[in-house]
Amino acid sequence: MAKRLDVSDLDIYYDKFLAVQGVSMTIEPRSVTALIGPSGCGKSTFLRTLNRMHELVPNARVEGKVMMDEEDLYGPNVDPVRVRRHVGMVFQRPNPFPTMSVYDNVAAGLKLNNKRMKRSDMDELVERSLRSANLWDEVKDRLNRPGSGLSGGQQQRLCIARAIAVQPDVLLMDEPCSALDPISTGAIEDLIVELKRDYTIVIVTHNMQQAQRISDTTGFFNLKAIGEPGALVEIDATTKIFTNPGNTATEDYVSGRFG
Amino acid sequence: MRKGQTVPPTSERTRTRGAPLSLGDRLFAGSATGAGVLILLVLAGVAAFLVAEAWPALTASEDEIPGGEGLVLYIWPLLLGTLLSATLALLMAAPLAVAIALFVTHYAPRRLAAPLGYIIDLLAAVPSIIYGLWGFSVLAPQTVSPSGWLAENLGWIPFFAGPASSTGRTMLTAAIVLAVMILPIITAVIREAFLQTPRLHEEASWALGATRWEMIRLSVLPFGRSSMIGGSMLGLGRALGETMAVAIVLSVSADAFSFNLISSSNVATIAANIALKFPESSGVAVNVLIASGLVLFVVTLLVNMGARAVINRRREFSGAN
Repeated sequence: MAKRLDVSDLDIYYDKFLAVQGVSMTIEPRSVTALIGPSGCGKSTFLRTLNRMHELVPNARVEGKVMMDEEDLYGPNVDPVRVRRHVGMVFQRPNPFPTMSVYDNVAAGLKLNNKRMKRSDMDELVERSLRSANLWDEVKDRLNRPGSGLSGGQQQRLCIARAIAVQPDVLLMDEPCSALDPISTGAIEDLIVELKRDYTIVIVTHNMQQAQRISDTTGFFNLKAIGEPGALVEIDATTKIFTNPGNTATEDYVSGRFG
Repeated sequence: MRKGQTVPPTSERTRTRGAPLSLGDRLFAGSATGAGVLILLVLAGVAAFLVAEAWPALTASEDEIPGGEGLVLYIWPLLLGTLLSATLALLMAAPLAVAIALFVTHYAPRRLAAPLGYIIDLLAAVPSIIYGLWGFSVLAPQTVSPSGWLAENLGWIPFFAGPASSTGRTMLTAAIVLAVMILPIITAVIREAFLQTPRLHEEASWALGATRWEMIRLSVLPFGRSSMIGGSMLGLGRALGETMAVAIVLSVSADAFSFNLISSSNVATIAANIALKFPESSGVAVNVLIASGLVLFVVTLLVNMGARAVINRRREFSGAN
């Protein structure tokens, strides 16, 4: 549980187009790392390389290294499917499986990993995941109702429950609150802070207050120039990035002077 | 939309809001309503025609009906023949259609997928008589020796009881021809649905560490479920009503229905029987044929309503809310 990610000199391509260039960063376990930056600068693209979702786009590829503790995620013998079982992901819009009940949604990943789990063990894991996602009390009486019948915020917490049910080492979140109202957003933020006790969390966000509220480390991405690839400008403790950043572009961005 | 809520018809909703309808809105509402009513009128017209024309046969005495045993006993074997050939065709075509649609949408390399899609659409446009001729002259002779093998080795299954036909113009051949015929239309419908699987749902599976097949099982198949049923029913409807292909392929020589698929004594299907008998019929015999057509009409209607019911039963889980 909760492993360290070490990214070095990562170049991310869509076919021949270099989208993100030369990212190096260390993501500490049991912490929240926020990635901020203007739209189109490659934050989400970078996030998707951490669980090898990026390569699902035809001809997309990366060069460089991503280490999870001692394991090279892009090593020659590494199966991307196995990487994704250890690196969970929550998306911008809640995406519970619409044809499945609340229970089955949470159990979906478990069933992929472990085909012959006992029903009682499964029940226990589903309950524990829903409790960790602060959703249990709201859905315990309707576990067999469709997951798509929940509210947006509940659906997003359901997706978080689904992601943590398989006990991943790292949890990636791609703007998990951008489709939610402030109250649901608050619930998810509280949850993220609770979850960092057990997981390594990387979150992409456009909301700088959010980054300040929940993250320990913040990385600022930006385009080098129009038409140039995106790059990591700087990464540092969140308080430093927001009060005394080392780069003027970062300062302009976090103070709202551009972007 | 949640269960239990109903949306009032458009006109009512606008009225409660009190906004006057513009001319364009009224024209559009009128033409849409007109089109809907037209469908109902056509359906009612067909039903009325069938009932009216079938009426003399329904009221005729037993010995006036061809075969001399009454209308029910005349139509019953034909109905069973129709259901058997169509069901068999569907059982062969539907799984294959799903597999082809999956291949085209999720496995084939892009350069291959698009042409394959066109070819499938093209196949759906081939007239049924072509399939009939192919079944008669190419497929039927090919089935003779496998049928013999089936009768010899699997004869204990009623379907393969034999003796095997020497021409190959059997129920099995007819069902295969029907299956080939309805395959493209089912595939086309399902492929369209699979293509529209929301990326969001596919990514949900990928992110959990699903393999391609697991992703398909978790995201693509559930999303395409109603289209798989819908497409199959469309195909079944075509197979039930198919006339020329069956009339050409099937050698009709029996009045009693049997489950034997490979023998030379077969009952016809309703549609093929109408096509074969109509030219030489007169008087009540024509009414009898139309009565059998009425039965086919009702069966097709029931099949479609059944499919609709299956789709609706899990509407809440369809993701449309």
